[in-house]
Amino acid sequence: MSVLMPALDEAVLARRAQIVAALRTLVAADAVIDEVARMRPYESDALTAYRQLPLVVVLPETTEQVAAVLRWCHANGVRVVPRGAGTSLSGGALPLGDAVLLVLSKFSRILEIDVDDRLAVVQSGVANLAISAATEPHGLYYAPDPSSQIACSIGGNVAENSGGVHCLKYGLTTHNVLGVRLVTMEGEIVDLGGRAFDSSGLDLLGIVVGSEGLLGVVTEVTVRLLPKPESVRALLIGFPTVDDAARCVAEVIAAGIIPAGMEMMDRPAIHAAEAFVQAGYPLDAEALLIVEVDGPPAECDELVDQVEKLARRNAAQSCRSSTSEAERMRFWAGRKAAFPAVSRIAPDYYCMDGTIPRRRLPEVLQRIRELSQRHGLGVANVFHAGDGNLHPLILYDANQPGQLERAEEFGNDILRLCVEVGGVLTGEHGVGIEKRDLMPEMFSADDLAHQQRVKCAFDPQQLLNPGKVFPVLHRCAELGRVHVHGGAVRFPELPRF
Amino acid sequence: MRPDNESEVVARVREAMARSRRLELRGSGSKRSIGAPVEEIDEVDVLELTGLQGIVDYDPSELVLTVRAGTPWVEIERTLAAERQMLACEPLDVAGSLGGTVGRMTVGGLVASGLSGPRRVVAGSVRDHVLGFRAVSGRGELFVGGGKVVKNVTGYDLPKLLTGSWGRLAALTEITLKVLPAPEVARVWAIKGLDATAAWQCLARVLGSSVGVTAALHFGPGTVGAEALTVLRLEGFAASVAARLHALQALLGRGLALHALSAGEASGLWGSLASLDVLSHDRPVWRLSVPARQAPSLLARLAVEGDRWFFDWGGALCWLASNVDPERLRSEVAAVGGHAILWRAEAALRRRVPTFHPLPTALGALEERVRSQFDPLGVFATARFAGGGHAH
Repeated sequence: MSVLMPALDEAVLARRAQIVAALRTLVAADAVIDEVARMRPYESDALTAYRQLPLVVVLPETTEQVAAVLRWCHANGVRVVPRGAGTSLSGGALPLGDAVLLVLSKFSRILEIDVDDRLAVVQSGVANLAISAATEPHGLYYAPDPSSQIACSIGGNVAENSGGVHCLKYGLTTHNVLGVRLVTMEGEIVDLGGRAFDSSGLDLLGIVVGSEGLLGVVTEVTVRLLPKPESVRALLIGFPTVDDAARCVAEVIAAGIIPAGMEMMDRPAIHAAEAFVQAGYPLDAEALLIVEVDGPPAECDELVDQVEKLARRNAAQSCRSSTSEAERMRFWAGRKAAFPAVSRIAPDYYCMDGTIPRRRLPEVLQRIRELSQRHGLGVANVFHAGDGNLHPLILYDANQPGQLERAEEFGNDILRLCVEVGGVLTGEHGVGIEKRDLMPEMFSADDLAHQQRVKCAFDPQQLLNPGKVFPVLHRCAELGRVHVHGGAVRFPELPRF
Repeated sequence: MRPDNESEVVARVREAMARSRRLELRGSGSKRSIGAPVEEIDEVDVLELTGLQGIVDYDPSELVLTVRAGTPWVEIERTLAAERQMLACEPLDVAGSLGGTVGRMTVGGLVASGLSGPRRVVAGSVRDHVLGFRAVSGRGELFVGGGKVVKNVTGYDLPKLLTGSWGRLAALTEITLKVLPAPEVARVWAIKGLDATAAWQCLARVLGSSVGVTAALHFGPGTVGAEALTVLRLEGFAASVAARLHALQALLGRGLALHALSAGEASGLWGSLASLDVLSHDRPVWRLSVPARQAPSLLARLAVEGDRWFFDWGGALCWLASNVDPERLRSEVAAVGGHAILWRAEAALRRRVPTFHPLPTALGALEERVRSQFDPLGVFATARFAGGGHAH
């Protein structure tokens, strides 16, 4: 493992048997797993290059049990790592050797669907796709659709602020969550947000969404539901160059069109996908665009016409528009299979996730090709073109000595490049451990301190998911120091409002 | 104090820290009469941010606009309109509702208050469109949060926390917004004479359908006319609006007649949402944020003869002018899962009643810990919101 995690607390390791026994008094005895063989399935999330057995695994069933476990761990100085379905691509749920792994998989009930107010209250272990499945009979669905949506939990989505292919139009998790029930590290249960559109005071819900399990453990989520669009159509467009495709994307948006989805693939990705699922992708194209529009049929038809015109104007070699649901699904088949398809052309791949200003795309892809040559590793690019979110897939073979390290170095170079051109380190996968040490590329020490102090407000002892997101674990006392310039602090007694 | 650059903002905050003065952060002051009046005795200086002006970067096809916080909103609106774009949450200049001058609101004030207009019911609120910022915290340190691209999950989402923080955490100096194409066509229709319950049901049915309205409001009797008026808006490409109108008519059936409003009538109604001129001027005005289904019964319990009200966002936002006892109003609103802001009232009432709905104890303590991390000395903690936010 090339990422350094916080030093193990030897005192905690020495007390393991007592900790396990204490936890068994707080939850059902069989909900505490301490045998190595049974802990093995929890040793990594979807960033499988990193593995670590936890101290012990606990699977509580109620919010009160979560509160009891956290309260006990807080009182006894034991670290805790929360985990949903374990599909994180950034190591957010990677266990620590001296930490309790708190698994929310038993929180699997949909508690309420309010059709009139278009919301659902669900426990945090419910799978993303299960919400849409349950609400579909009412003509409603939950919009964010990360590629792991069949498995990933809504609680994990809240932690990571997950996106999906439709988020340019429908937003990320944060735009679709109305409230959460949160248990703090101290074991306090608080409701942030709720069923109204906003809440009193500071927007703590907004800061908890995307906090990667560092601020609290979410046990219930109130999500906003949307009416299903009346119709959906897609276009499949091949371009002779990436520049042409990028220009087409910009012109679609400049024409006032916000497609429901707009995906781009480069030549290696097109070829891998086509070989895998035979979706009918044009193999002569350097860049492929899938543009999806939704709404009333009249609107879809008009938008499809407009996008077709813009594609032609930008040198499209081929342009097909779906005339049936089956055809639309075929257009998507290759894109949706891109990751498994790539895993057929290389033993391992490493999926990156930076966002760039879209106008820099041709230049960025060119420099990724150069980096690919320099690191001696192949790369295939899929790209949420509408919002500038790049997913370069770095091809490597973990069995070849040094290749994983080279893949990581290549990945880091790509993310540095994203920041250099005005973008960010992660568009939807989260920082976790994967991009943790790159945070100073994007943020100054003062920027990071302002973020880390939020952590101090929620978890001053830094017991919850430590070692994730922030490269250096400053003590809260040190972060809290106030530097007064040219005078002494004289507020004798501050009003505590 | 009116600094015209960021380093001067840093200097002013550090000076206040050193001299133990408090600072009231202010844009144009268009919403200044919200909150308790601040007195001389409170040792407060006003730090006005209108000196930080101008658009830093705007690339329409990136859907991203970066602007200095003191820039007047009308200027931004004009710039966006020239590219046929908008801020989708539809900010309202509410100065008129508070006895101020319309047209001076700054983008910093817009973000600091986080108040959205009618399109919020489907398009998200101000916080959903703030991508990043630069700001000076109560520690006298300049820091950035978020980014300048439309999709970003790097680090904590500080832009959400700063939006709607009413100047309690940091002085915003620069803001990056996500902007969207403006609709080609907007058309407004109304249904007359529904009672509040029937109106909520009608709006819920429409909002739950694929018709795709972009505003769903209901004005109680005696506000925009003797009769109640339920209002729906469709926006988009011309062909789309026509198709959606057809679907809307089919959904509502024969029982509910849709009356088309002229552009003038529609803009009059929209103006009323900002000026609140349809509410009584002789009693306090409350902004209630509640689960939409609770709006009809809540208003029935709170409003007495002569109290005027309307609701927006399908019922999720209620405006009520009433002399109802503030304690009773707040307990009724909290009982249904909502909260109430005291929007407009005489100074004496604003001094006595917290502007924001007090939070439950544990949540209030958590909020206070977050606030004090940004402003440990209380430089921005003036008496304005002293009673607000917390149950202490």
